Amino acid sequence: MSEPNTARTVLVWAAVACALIVPVAIAAGSELLAWRQPVYIAAGFAGVIGLCLLLLQPLLAGRLLPGLSARRSARLHRSIGLALVASVIVHVAGLWITSPPDVVDALLLRSATPFSIWGVVAMWAIFGAALLAWQRRRLGLRTWRSAHMTLASVTVAGTVAHALLIEGTMGTLSKVMLCLLVLGATAMVVVPRLPRPRRSA
Amino acid sequence: MSAFQSNRRAVLVTGGALLAAGYAGLSLPARAGRLAATPTMRGGANNYRPGAPIVERIGGGGFLMTGSVRRAGDGAPLPGRRIQMWAHTTEGHERDPQSHGATLTREDGTFQLDMPQIVPAFGQPHGHLAYDAEHDDGGFETVFLRPVMASAGESTLHVEFVLRPA
Repeated sequence: MSEPNTARTVLVWAAVACALIVPVAIAAGSELLAWRQPVYIAAGFAGVIGLCLLLLQPLLAGRLLPGLSARRSARLHRSIGLALVASVIVHVAGLWITSPPDVVDALLLRSATPFSIWGVVAMWAIFGAALLAWQRRRLGLRTWRSAHMTLASVTVAGTVAHALLIEGTMGTLSKVMLCLLVLGATAMVVVPRLPRPRRSA
Repeated sequence: MSAFQSNRRAVLVTGGALLAAGYAGLSLPARAGRLAATPTMRGGANNYRPGAPIVERIGGGGFLMTGSVRRAGDGAPLPGRRIQMWAHTTEGHERDPQSHGATLTREDGTFQLDMPQIVPAFGQPHGHLAYDAEHDDGGFETVFLRPVMASAGESTLHVEFVLRPA
């Protein structure tokens, strides 16, 4: 396999594009939008887009996307990481403007809705993962990797639980599919890199 | 079940059945003279606007909020109690003044108020109800509730208050 397999490249990218576009398109057609103000709609879509971007992160980190150099993958991973942090900020800020007491309850972990807690857990985990990336030079390679991977995994688990428990603009089927893809992609990258128990010689 | 939701009379019948079931279910502690007071729910008071007016119906209506108000301990129905409700509906957000309204309980302690269809917001299709001692002279403690609808397709919601004398 010395030549790049073009068909495979096209297929993988088409599948990824499909996995990202379909859920957003379905959410954009939700009847709930008719009864929401622009700020609430923007906040909701920031969440949907965040979930979509989350699929790309493990694929880029594990270099599972064909046709990208290591350097390119790393750069994209960094840019999308920043976009993810931005989407989380827009999501929370927009919801805060829409209904301040509900967001205050969520941030103080006293919300009536369990999914809010998962969302807040994911938010702090991704802020932590981004902070680590910013300070990675100060950390040893092993510390950096395991800490970033741990926080990224918590982000994924929290986000998926948050999304699945919400009755919102996303279609149920496309949301479940996207969540399974995010979980699968994360597992593909994280599981092989888990520390193995040392065997005594 | 969809046939039961198809018209107003069916809704009322269903509501009545639920009410009867509620009474049957709660009659044991009531007979024992120990009907427990309804605790305020988490987030129940969110976006509350104190003193919303008593109205015939909120907005254009189409969604029926029903319920009962009883006294803790003996379970006696409480007539004339002021119950306020608000929700994210097809006609406005929870914070919008037009999404708020109040009604008084009837002689048998029950209440009902027609309001616009509740739609999912902040992740769940839910309503808010309040018994606010500040806006009622009944002498009971304030309670805020945040019931969640079984599904967004429901066009009615039944809520029971058991109030503790202040």
